[in-house]
Amino acid sequence: MAFWIASSPHNHQKNETSSLMRLVVYATIPGIFAQWYFFGWGNLIHISLAVAAAIIAEFTVLALRNKKITPQLFDGSAILTAVLLGISLPALAPWWISVIGSLFAIALVKQLYGGLGHNPFNPAMAAYVMLLISFPLQMTQWQPPLSLLAMDIQLSDTLAVIFSGYTPQGYSVEQIRTHIDGFTMATPLDTVKTNMTLGLTVVESMQAPTIGKHFGVGWEWINAGFLLGGLFLLGKEAIPWSTPVSFLLSLFICSFIAFMISPDSNASTMFHWFTGATMLGAFFIITDPVSGATSVKGRLVFGALAGLLVFLIRKFGGYPDAVAFAVLLCNMAAPLIDQYTRPRTYGHDLEVKK
Amino acid sequence: MESVIERIERGSFWQFHGGIHPPEQKFLTCTKPIASAQIPEQLIIPIRQHIGQAGNLVVKVGDKVLKGQILSACDSPMSVPIHAPTSGTITAIQSMAIPHPSGLSEACIILTPDGEDTWKQRHICPDFHLLSKIQIIEKIANAGISGMGGAGFPTQVKVSTLAKIDYLIINAAECEPYITADDLLLQEHSPTILDGIKIIDHLLSPKNILIGIEENKTEATDALKKATADIDHIKICVIPTKYPSGGEKQLIKILTGQEVPSGVLPSSLGMVMQNVATCFAIADAVINDTPLIKRVVTISGQALEKPQNVWALIGTPVGFLTRQCGYNNSKNRHLIMGGPMMGFSLPHDQIPVIKTTNCILAPSEIEIASPFSSTSSKEVECIRCGQCADVCPAQLLPQELQWSAKAKDQAQLAKLNLFDCIECGACAYVCPSQIPLVHYYRVAKAEIRQQKLLDIKAEKAKVRFEARKQRLEREKVARAEKHKKAAEARKARMNTDTSAAKSEKSAVADALARVKAKKAQASIKQNTAENDSEDATTTTTTTSAAESSNTSTVDITVESVAAVDDGKSQVANAIARAKAKKLAQKNQAQIDSLDTLQNNESPSSLTSSQAAPVVIDRKAKVAVAVAKAKEKKRQASAANSPSSQVDIIDTATKALKPNAVNLDSVSDDKATQAIDKKAKVAAAMVKAKAQAKMKASLGTETSFNNLEKSTTNLESNIDLGATSECDVPAQVKNVEAAKTKKTQGEPQTVSNIDTKNLDRKTKIAAAIAKAKAKKLAASSDKSPTSE
Ligand code: SF4
Ligand code: SF4
Repeated sequence: MAFWIASSPHNHQKNETSSLMRLVVYATIPGIFAQWYFFGWGNLIHISLAVAAAIIAEFTVLALRNKKITPQLFDGSAILTAVLLGISLPALAPWWISVIGSLFAIALVKQLYGGLGHNPFNPAMAAYVMLLISFPLQMTQWQPPLSLLAMDIQLSDTLAVIFSGYTPQGYSVEQIRTHIDGFTMATPLDTVKTNMTLGLTVVESMQAPTIGKHFGVGWEWINAGFLLGGLFLLGKEAIPWSTPVSFLLSLFICSFIAFMISPDSNASTMFHWFTGATMLGAFFIITDPVSGATSVKGRLVFGALAGLLVFLIRKFGGYPDAVAFAVLLCNMAAPLIDQYTRPRTYGHDLEVKK
Repeated sequence: MESVIERIERGSFWQFHGGIHPPEQKFLTCTKPIASAQIPEQLIIPIRQHIGQAGNLVVKVGDKVLKGQILSACDSPMSVPIHAPTSGTITAIQSMAIPHPSGLSEACIILTPDGEDTWKQRHICPDFHLLSKIQIIEKIANAGISGMGGAGFPTQVKVSTLAKIDYLIINAAECEPYITADDLLLQEHSPTILDGIKIIDHLLSPKNILIGIEENKTEATDALKKATADIDHIKICVIPTKYPSGGEKQLIKILTGQEVPSGVLPSSLGMVMQNVATCFAIADAVINDTPLIKRVVTISGQALEKPQNVWALIGTPVGFLTRQCGYNNSKNRHLIMGGPMMGFSLPHDQIPVIKTTNCILAPSEIEIASPFSSTSSKEVECIRCGQCADVCPAQLLPQELQWSAKAKDQAQLAKLNLFDCIECGACAYVCPSQIPLVHYYRVAKAEIRQQKLLDIKAEKAKVRFEARKQRLEREKVARAEKHKKAAEARKARMNTDTSAAKSEKSAVADALARVKAKKAQASIKQNTAENDSEDATTTTTTTSAAESSNTSTVDITVESVAAVDDGKSQVANAIARAKAKKLAQKNQAQIDSLDTLQNNESPSSLTSSQAAPVVIDRKAKVAVAVAKAKEKKRQASAANSPSSQVDIIDTATKALKPNAVNLDSVSDDKATQAIDKKAKVAAAMVKAKAQAKMKASLGTETSFNNLEKSTTNLESNIDLGATSECDVPAQVKNVEAAKTKKTQGEPQTVSNIDTKNLDRKTKIAAAIAKAKAKKLAASSDKSPTSE
C-alpha cells in the first residue's frame, strides 16, 4: 500500500496555463471573423503561416535547449503569439513577412530570454515593430475593405498575391489598393493623419470612403469583434479587468481632452476606440501577463500609460497606429511599475494607512 | 463614525484582501451526528502536541494509568500536560512518527488500553463562579488545553493575559473545505460551548464577544442564536463564506476592520480569539474536571463509505478511524490530516490524532489528484498572471516570493515579508502554472531558520575564537617578557660570572674538537673496516646531539641578541657535526642531516629555555662518549704504534673529560676548574703540536691539507645551513690565527670580552691541533715503519 505524499494545498481550481492561452485564442474568433468578412482571406492565411512558423521555431529551440517539448510546445503561448501577429499584419503582405515575424517572435523575443514567463517584451508586438522598421513598404500596404475594392478578390487571388505578389490576373498589391476613383486607399487612421497634413479638418476627413458611415469601413466591426472576445475573457476571468479598463479609459480621456480643445484637428473618442488595433490591444495584447505589470495597482498604471502613449503616438508620431510601440514602451516600464506598486502586506505599515 | 458593534449589528463586515472559493464539500459530513468514541487497541500519545516545550514525563513503562490521569507535568507556561485518554498500561515510551508535515518523529507514550475505561477521581464543579480566577486558570492549564483550531497555542496563556480585552472573538468560521467538526460540535453542544465562552468571559471580562461563523453553517448558527438569545454582549457574526476567513488575522480583519501588526499578538490590540472546540474543552475541564483527552474529528472524503464526524481519543491511530468509516481504497492511498488547503499528507495510517487534528481526509483519486504531488506535477513557468497576488490574504506577491525562493535570495524574501505568509495555499490553488508555491515557501522558511541558527552558532564560535586569540596574545606577551628577563639574566651572568660563561664557551670548543676527532675517525675508518659498527653508533649519537643542540640554538636566538654569539657557535657546532657525519657517510647523508636541522626548527622554537642546560649536559656526555670511543679506537688500531702517541691522545682525552664534568654541574667552584682545564688543554695541545712537529716530518703537509679542506667544508656547510648569520668563516680564520699564536706560545691576555673570543679560539685551536695529531697518528698507522 503506497501512500501518496503531496504538498498542500491538495486542491486546485484546475485551470492551467495552456487552457488559459487556448481560451484567449478562442476569444479572438469574433474579431478574426469580422476581419475575414470585411477584408477577405488575407489575415487568415497569415495567421496559418505564422502559427506554422511559430510551432517550428518553438520546437527547434526547445529541442536545442533540451527542454521537455510536448508540454511547452502545446502550452498555447506560441500559438497565441502567432495568432496575434497574424491578425495585426496587413492582409496582403507577402508570405515571408509573417514567417520572419513569427520566427523572430518565438526564437528571439521569447525563447532567447528563457522561454515562457521570462520574455520582457510582448513577442507579437516586438515582431510587429521589427517588421515595420525592416520592411516599411510591405508593412504599410493595407488592404482596403472588400466592399471598396475595384475588383473582386477570391481566396485564390489572395493566396497568389501573398505568395507571388500578383493576382492571377496580374494585379499588384498597389493596384488592388487603388480606389475606383483612382487613388490609393489607406486605413482610416492613415487617412485622418494624411488629411491633417493636407490641411483638412477631421470632419472633412471623415468623408473619405474608407471611413464610411462611422469610424472606418470594417474596422469598427473588427474592433467590436475583439471587444466582444475581450468581454468574454473578462467574464471568464481569464484576463484581469484592470489593464483593459484603464487602457481604454486613459485613451478615452486623452482623446476627449484633445477633442475638447480642438475638435477640428482631433478625432473623436469613439474614433480612437474603434479604429486601428485599439480593442485588440486592450484585451489581447496589453493583457499579456508575462510582459505586463502584476499587481492590480501596477496594471492600472500600466494600462493608463499604454493608453496615453497610444494617443500621443497616433497624434504626434510618425506611424499611423501606435499600439505596438506603446506596448513595447510599457513593457520596458513594467518592472519599474511593479517595483513601485507593491501592495502593503497585511499587518505592515499600518500607520501609513490611517 | 459608526462603531464596530453597530456595523456588526447592521450585518456588514470588512473584507480581507483576496481569498478564494474552493468547493466546500461539507455536505459529506455536516448532517450526520458525531459518532461516539471507540477505543483502539493502542494509543500513541505524542508528548508535545502544541507550540512550546514538552512537559516532563511522570509515568514510566509498565505503569497502569486511569482515564484522565496526568502523563506529563508542566513546569512552564508554554508547556502543556497530556493525559491518559483511557485506562490501561503504558507499554512503551519511544520516538514515533507524529503528525507533522515533515513526517517528524518525536517521543510518544504508547498506551495499551485495558478496555475498562476507568476514570480517575473527578471533582465536578457545577458552578464555576465559586472558583477564583486563579483556580479556573489552573484547571485549564492542568487539563492540557491548547488551541484546537490549528497551531495549538497553550490556552492558559491566552486566557490569563493581563491586557485589557475589548473583543473576545470565538472562531467558528471553519473555512477549510470538507471540515465540519466545529459545525457539528456547535449543532450538538452549543450549551457547553456557551459555558466555555462564559468562563473565558468571566476570566477576561471583554467588552464584547463576537462569534464569527460562515454563512454556510445555518444549523449551527441557529443553535448558537438560540443559546445566546438572552445574552446581550454576545454577537453572532454571520460572515460571507470565503477561504481563509477562519485565519486568525483574517477573521479579526473581517469582524473589527483592524489588522494585527506583523509579529504582534492580537491581545496587544485588545483581542483574544478562541476556537469553538477549545471553548468546549474549557467548559469540560472547568465544570466536569475532564482533561482534553478526546476531540471531534471529521473523517471525510469520497474514498470512505460513510464519511462522518467522530469523537476520537487523543492518540488514536488514523487508520483506526478511517476503518471505522469504511475506508477501502486499497491502492494508491492518500490520507491528509487537516483540510485540502492546509493539511498535510500522512506517510502511513499509524499517525495518531492529536489535540489540533480536526480532519482526516481520504479523498478518491478523482476527487483530489493533487497537482502538487511529485508524480503528477504539471508545474510550468510562472506567467506572471498575478492571480496569486490577487487572492493572497496576506497581500504578499507570491510570484515574486517564488522567484526569490528559487533563487535562494534570502534578503529579498525578507523584504517581501515571506514570514507573513500564513501558508493558506490560496495562491497555489489558483496558480494556472500549477506551481507548488506554498512548498517553495516552506522550504525557504526552513532554510532561513536554519541559516539563522547557523549564524547564531557562527557568532558564538567567533566570540570564542576572539577570546582564545586574546588569551594566546596575553600568554605570548607574558612569555616574551619572561624570555627577555631570562636573557638579560644570562647576559648579566655572561658578563659577570666568567666561569659560567666559560663553561658555555668550552662546550663550543668541545664540539669543534669532536668534529675534528670525527674527521680523524673517518680517515681511520677508511682503513679499518672492523670499526664500522662502532662508528655507526657514534654517528647516531652525534645526530641526536645535533638535533638537541639545534633546539637550544633556535631557542637562544629567540631569547635575545645578547646570546647570539653563543647561538652562532652552537649553530656552527651543529653544522660541524653534520659535516663530520658527512665525512663519515658521504654527501648524501649530509644533506639529510641538514634537512633534519631545518625541519627541527619550527617545533623547537616553542621549547622553553629550560631545555638548554639539559642539552649542554647531553653534549658533554656525548663528548665523553666520543672521546672514549676515540680512545678505544686508538687502542684497537694502534697495536703497532709507539706508546708515546697513545700517551698523548690519552692526555687529550683526559683533558676533555673534566670539561664534560664541568658542564654537568654549575658550581661556584667552576672558575678554578675551568682554568685548570684550560691549562690542561693547552698543555695537551702544546704537547701534541710539539710531538706532531717532531714526529711527523713526513705527514705535515698532508695534515695541513686536510685542515684546509675541512675549513672550506665548514664554510660551505654554513652556507647550506643558513639558519643564522653567524660569522663562522671569520671564526675559522680566528682559529687559524689562534693556531699560529698558540704555536708561538703567546700567553693568554685577560680582558673580559676578549677572553671570550680568545678563549674559544684557543680551544678550537687546541682541538684542531689534536685532530692534526690524530691524523698524523693515523697516517703513521698507515705506515708504521716511518717511526
Ligand atoms: S500561502 Fe502565503 S503567499 Fe500564498 S496566498 Fe496564502 S498567505 Fe499568500
Ligand atoms: S498565479 Fe502562478 S503563474 Fe500566476 S503569477 Fe502567480 S505564480 Fe505566476
